[in-house]
Amino acid sequence: MKLLIKNAHVIDPANNIADFRDILVENSRISRVAKSISNGADKVIDATGKIVIPALVDMHVHLREPGREDKETIASGTRAALKGGIGTVLAMPNTVPAIDSVENVRLLKSIIKETAETHVAIAAAITVGRLGKELTAIPQFRKEGVVAITDDGSSVESAELLYKAMRKARESRLLVICHCEDKALAAGGVMNLGPESTRLGLRGISGESEYKRVQRDVDLAAKAKCPVHVAHVSCAESVEIIAKAKKKGVKVTCETAPHYFVLTDEALGEYDTSKKMNPPLRGRKDVEAIKDGLARGTIDAIASDHAPHTISEKDIEFDRAEFGVIGLETELAVSITMLVHGGVLDWTGLVQKLAVNPAKILGLDRGTLSAGKEADLVIIDPNKEWVVRTEDLVSKSKNSAFLNAALKGSVDYTVFGGKVVYKANDK
Amino acid sequence: MADVAWNKKDLLGLEYLTKEEIELILTTAESFKEVTTREIKKVPALRGKTVVNLFYEPSTRTRVSFELAAKRLSADVINIASETSSVKKGETLIDTGRNIEALKADIIVVRHNFSGAPMMLAKHVGISVVNAGDGWHEHPTQALLDMFTLKEKLGRLEGVTVSIVGDIAHSRVARSNIWGLTKLGARVTVCAPKMLIPPGIEQMGAAVTSDIDEALKGADAVNVLRMQFERDEGSAFPQQLDYFKKFGITEERLAKAKKDLIVMHPGPINRGIEISSEVADCPQSVILEQVTNGIAVRMAVLFLVSQAREGKHETVD
Repeated sequence: MKLLIKNAHVIDPANNIADFRDILVENSRISRVAKSISNGADKVIDATGKIVIPALVDMHVHLREPGREDKETIASGTRAALKGGIGTVLAMPNTVPAIDSVENVRLLKSIIKETAETHVAIAAAITVGRLGKELTAIPQFRKEGVVAITDDGSSVESAELLYKAMRKARESRLLVICHCEDKALAAGGVMNLGPESTRLGLRGISGESEYKRVQRDVDLAAKAKCPVHVAHVSCAESVEIIAKAKKKGVKVTCETAPHYFVLTDEALGEYDTSKKMNPPLRGRKDVEAIKDGLARGTIDAIASDHAPHTISEKDIEFDRAEFGVIGLETELAVSITMLVHGGVLDWTGLVQKLAVNPAKILGLDRGTLSAGKEADLVIIDPNKEWVVRTEDLVSKSKNSAFLNAALKGSVDYTVFGGKVVYKANDK
Repeated sequence: MADVAWNKKDLLGLEYLTKEEIELILTTAESFKEVTTREIKKVPALRGKTVVNLFYEPSTRTRVSFELAAKRLSADVINIASETSSVKKGETLIDTGRNIEALKADIIVVRHNFSGAPMMLAKHVGISVVNAGDGWHEHPTQALLDMFTLKEKLGRLEGVTVSIVGDIAHSRVARSNIWGLTKLGARVTVCAPKMLIPPGIEQMGAAVTSDIDEALKGADAVNVLRMQFERDEGSAFPQQLDYFKKFGITEERLAKAKKDLIVMHPGPINRGIEISSEVADCPQSVILEQVTNGIAVRMAVLFLVSQAREGKHETVD
């Protein structure tokens, strides 16, 4: 099986390509990328006017399986990922049970093997049951294929325990991903603390609850000499702390999610629970700081923090509604709309945040279009305008913060392992 | 005054009303107040209608006031308290609301401990929803009766200065009063210990101080909020005696304020905690008049939302 993509504007930062190329895919791999390829391919896609990039690597995804298959499964989540141009996801371990033992890692691997439609990398928990009390079998995870450890959804309260975890992770070459939240400072809040929480009479979550914990974890990373990745950065002060740490040579990376560079807490309107997530949507200055952090390179990656929840967990009183939004199907388009069309990043910059850097941070050999690599790529119509509609979402859950948003930039095709696995309706 | 129509099926908060709509409620309440002074305190305005009081938080005075208001309009009234209803069995607010609608009730008066719950309910039912207090968000009928009482005493609200003293951070009464009073041209100052002033309250139109004498100086009225030391944030609160010393409304403090300063309180009052007994019972205190006016104001609200659903738009000129 040979697939030829003609006349594409190829963005492949790993090979310094941002130019017109043809791409030949043979079997499951990229066989050639060149100015003009005329080869008797079985299938030719004319990509005139389109952008071709490596498939995205989304390093923050809650697939919910095992345990909460009513919200999402590995099958439905990875199908949604393909529609969003994502070829690799990092599955977060806050499932039921949590991925906190070799046994549970193996259980997860067996489900992935049977049902996943993308590559699924595994993050295991730092502590047993994600309870922050007792470390998991960290040294045994690497040989099971685990790439990172995190208690995502919770911060490890004990600095001493997290330090120990970092030392073990370093020895095992595992990335430590930190969910930075001081629960005492967050004080049971449900949205950003500020004029909007005052207006709505809702308990606020201060930026301090995030950045103080970022500072602690960055300091621990420096002391442990362990690579640490800060998840879902939402506020200005966190960006500043990470910038300073990087300057000092601390091995820290970080990600943000599309909602943090698009929406402010004003988007909650009158208690819209589809805008409720943790960390919460912040103020205008924070949104600007996140964009600035992306532009300057302080923020390495964009990840969806895809967090599916059922209607009955979302369509209730704001205080009771679950935190989290889905994002796999909108992440790329929102990023194109706001960052490329919005003048924050060029295409190369965007591909670095969405594919190259997350692959590098996780130590995965992905995010490039080099000859010989598995052919995971996306053909994008950069100017196609579309509106996010509930009925078009592939994810089992529909709790998107971007419902009814008008976006510019759309996935025409997703090629995974050399096969066209997603095709827009009009293709 | 311009021709104003009331066309809202719900009353959810004063933030969502125009100046003219608020004035219409107050004017309508004036005519209903006259009814409440008659020998026979009943009019047939809502005869054949059913009002359901759905209370998720214990409340006596607000519920009784709504119940009397509905009865004086000749409506049938059902009271549902969360302790005794299927709410205890895990039914969602939306399901409860839809069941009440299926029973062919016309108006749900809802009190809820979660901010925003009445908005959610109003979105999911076609019948009228009246907010009787939601979390820390709004308590529109309380603010309306406060404004009605003030207007009755002062003859106007435009240019009047009102200070609200107490736990502003957790007060729906404060929020509704700020929206309503500022829309009608009054100046509002909120006064509390710093930890009880929520961030950005200025953006709602209120001036802020933590100096009680400054708050009282030049004010035409003071609205004293009930201090709730039993909240879960208890440890963060100033001690009761300490609070009374620093913020309590006493005769000494009143002596330094305008002679005819009006003293209001949404009740129930804590004598010796936020207000001294002497002040609570002094001639300037209108606390009991507020209670009386509450019925007329709630009659006006029930009447207007009910008319809106029938498409009979009330107008004033």
